Amino acid sequence: MTWWHRVTHRKRMEDQLDNELAFHIEQLTSDLMARGHGPAEAHRLARLELGGPEQVKEECRDARGTRWVEDLFQDVRYAVRTLRQRPGFATVALLSLALGTGATTVMFSLIDGVMLKPFAYRDPARLLRLWEQTDYNTPGGNIWAFTYPNYLDCKSGTPALDMAVWYFHPGTLSAPGAADYDDAAYASSDLFSVLGVKVGLGRGILPEEDRPGAEPVALISDRLWHRRFGGSREALGAHLVFDGQPYTIVGVMPPTFRLDDNEFDVITPIGQIDSKLLQRRQAHGFQVWGRLRPGANLAQAKTELATIGHRLAEQYPDSNKGRMFIAEALKPDVGDAKSTLLLLLGAVTLVLLIACANIASLLLARAVSRERELAMRVALGAGRGRLVRQCLTESAVLALAGGSLGVLLAAIGIQPFARFWPGGLPRIQEVQLNWRVLLFALGVSLASGLLFGLAPALRTPARHLEQTLRSGSRSLAGSTHRLHGAFVVSEIALAVVLLVSAGLLGRTLLRLSALDPGVDVHNVLTARTALSPATLADPERTRAAWRLLLDQAERVPGVQAIAMVDTVPLRQGSNPINYSVVAANVDDEREYPTALANSVTPDYLKVTGIPLRHGRFLTEDDRKGTQSVVAIDEVMAQQAFPGQDAIGKPLWLGIAPDPAIVVGVVGHVRQWGLAADDQSKLRAQLYYPFAQVPDKLVHRWSDLMSIAVRTSADPLSLVDPLRQAIRGVTGDQVLYEVNTLEQLATGSLARQRFLLLLFGAFAGLALLLACVGIYGVLAYLTSQRVPEIGVRMALGATAPQVMWMVLRQSFAMILAGIVLGAAGSWFATRSLVRLVEGVRSIEPSTFAAMVAVLATAALFASFLPARRASRVDPLKALRQE
Amino acid sequence: MPTKFDMPQGTLDLLILKVVALGPVHGYAIAQRLHQVSRDVVQVPQGSLYPALHRLENRGFLTADWKQTETGREAKFYRLTRKGKAQLETESAGWQKLTEAVSLILALSEGGAE
Repeated sequence: MTWWHRVTHRKRMEDQLDNELAFHIEQLTSDLMARGHGPAEAHRLARLELGGPEQVKEECRDARGTRWVEDLFQDVRYAVRTLRQRPGFATVALLSLALGTGATTVMFSLIDGVMLKPFAYRDPARLLRLWEQTDYNTPGGNIWAFTYPNYLDCKSGTPALDMAVWYFHPGTLSAPGAADYDDAAYASSDLFSVLGVKVGLGRGILPEEDRPGAEPVALISDRLWHRRFGGSREALGAHLVFDGQPYTIVGVMPPTFRLDDNEFDVITPIGQIDSKLLQRRQAHGFQVWGRLRPGANLAQAKTELATIGHRLAEQYPDSNKGRMFIAEALKPDVGDAKSTLLLLLGAVTLVLLIACANIASLLLARAVSRERELAMRVALGAGRGRLVRQCLTESAVLALAGGSLGVLLAAIGIQPFARFWPGGLPRIQEVQLNWRVLLFALGVSLASGLLFGLAPALRTPARHLEQTLRSGSRSLAGSTHRLHGAFVVSEIALAVVLLVSAGLLGRTLLRLSALDPGVDVHNVLTARTALSPATLADPERTRAAWRLLLDQAERVPGVQAIAMVDTVPLRQGSNPINYSVVAANVDDEREYPTALANSVTPDYLKVTGIPLRHGRFLTEDDRKGTQSVVAIDEVMAQQAFPGQDAIGKPLWLGIAPDPAIVVGVVGHVRQWGLAADDQSKLRAQLYYPFAQVPDKLVHRWSDLMSIAVRTSADPLSLVDPLRQAIRGVTGDQVLYEVNTLEQLATGSLARQRFLLLLFGAFAGLALLLACVGIYGVLAYLTSQRVPEIGVRMALGATAPQVMWMVLRQSFAMILAGIVLGAAGSWFATRSLVRLVEGVRSIEPSTFAAMVAVLATAALFASFLPARRASRVDPLKALRQE
Repeated sequence: MPTKFDMPQGTLDLLILKVVALGPVHGYAIAQRLHQVSRDVVQVPQGSLYPALHRLENRGFLTADWKQTETGREAKFYRLTRKGKAQLETESAGWQKLTEAVSLILALSEGGAE
């Protein structure tokens, strides 16, 4: 019989053991009778000879080697039974554990999906991202995306790497179906093979298609395939029109395919780009990925890239001087999601710890009241290890039950929570409950079980047995006072940390919301706008198309004013440029002061409500051919012309060789958002007329343009009429990224609001748990002291005196908790200041308010047991002795 | 009456293995056999016989079946396994060596010991 059989067939084993021993006694009895003993006497002797049947059986069971499993079953059954006997305790404990582990599991699964999970490419550890790096700084930093010629040279010069490239290129998809604006990219034919991704349906781009003049082919995304073609195989070979060009669809990308977290709807061959883009060593923006060839390593690749860098710097000093090529391992670009996740994980861990402290003190109270039972068992021969194991089994059962509930909560909550993430969670498609997350949840449950089970378990009596047994009906509570106190103190300290953090965030949000964004955010609609691709070939046609579009939009009922703008206030995306107050070529690579440039049409101030401080704003008379003009904001006026009148001064900008004259000064706009703008380094802003953008830049500028519309009604109600009005004769002019300024202003505080909401919820939960804890502990300690209180009252103590006696105990615990919590809050608030923009170090008033909230709640929780103590009837209490 | 003495540690297992090696046998018979063969010298403490049997079964030296005795009663009969046989051989060889060594030491003349 195997070990497993012996475990699973326990009942049969027991029966057989009984039979075997019975047989022995029978045989012995009959033998003894044969020797002349009477039947009763023979039976007695036989049993005497064998020894105590129960003892023999115990030894036989020990010999089986399955003892611990049987004990475990027994302990688990016992634990479940005791939990069911106390439904109140079980509910509180399970609920707080479920919330604690559930919330931690949700946070961990997000961290797992966003930060830990490997990329969905084949062998991602051997994939590299390649960048250009300059030994000087520009407004955009010193890391650059590649130029195409540099890419080709690197590709042919690094035997250690297979390389592929793509180029971000969104555009208008105008057929089949209604026109809309989609994310798209050019890619080299080997992109999929370098990444190790299989095309979902059809085929990838062939090398012979990846060159000028080849058959125009396209891959489409899985979502576009479903949206436009209903997921039908007919899509292969069908045509689409992207940016005015017809393409034949040859393949569908797999649904999970992402490049830098972008889901591109259309991918076309990079070699077919019909412009100077592929020839210019100054045209950056090419994203290069590499895969280490078998046997090659990163150091090798880096050496080879360095060699090419030096060679190209000599060969093309104009573009490549001081420019090297670097390679780095693939890492997810998750922005501030990482710090938000870590903050939240910290917060939920605190909640879980409070829950553990709470349960520990409740279990401890029970362990004390069971002390006599346990002492009795030790006296009867139970080993101490056996009892400790039993106590720990009980905690583990509780912890695992709570943990399973928590995982259930997490399974339900993960997706809604991830979708609720402000601004969208990066790599959200990777977030799911997997074995790693389940393992984590199991670990957290067991760790918390150990945490709250250890103290009660180690109290298992070992010495002074006779004292415990002799102490009669009264338990020996004295020695646990300190331990109980420690639990309450730590609960309060942890709650203080959470409350103060929530208070800090709340205060921050209040302060930031009161800030003036610099624009009148009410009733303004903004949308990026794509002209008909056909109009972009010629600058004059483009300008005319914009004028027509503005006219058409202005006639929509409800539109009060309309303007073009490339950098919409509070929205992501900006155009930093160098400027100089003395004649200079600011495009050379020296360091110049920088400003955020914004090309607009004259009605821009009317639309946004930005105040004019001095001079005039841009007008319709500032056209191509007239003097270049520029309006600057207060910050730039202060920065470029401190103590002087800026009006009439020349500014050399990178846009044209001649200087532009400052004609006006306007108010500052908090472009980086309400939270971040005041701390940001780059705040100066300038406005120049779109009409004066040089011909060669008109196409690029048009790609970035938005319209801003002041409306007399709800701005969102005008979206559809505006879409209709601007479609153009060809029907392929579209609005996208539609927002109201109000949404953008709210969105700029979304992260702070999100954190406040969660920290607030966690702090509330922590407060509740801490109050339950302090109530439970005081109620327990007071009930232990009932006889003592009875004596005191019999000797003349008054009700207020007794109440004070109990409250004094809780004062001490609350005070200690607050002091410890204050120290903890110092660390917590420092991390918040560092990780969340807009948060400043905490004001004493906020701190005091949060501590007052906690102290009030905790005192209220301790008042109830205190009052009960003061109403003890001395006669009854003494009789209880 | 012959003197009884306590069995040295570990010898019970060896004796049980030896008795079971003679053929399938139940617990009571093992006790009787040991008693008789040793001419009443070896007194098996009956309380420790069964735990020993279960331990040997657990370690795979013995295996057991329920069979009818001559009196028609169901009893648990123990048999030696191949592993048990090997164990018996090593243990008896060990025992042999030990007793020889012990007798050699005891055979020393008193003078020789000094």
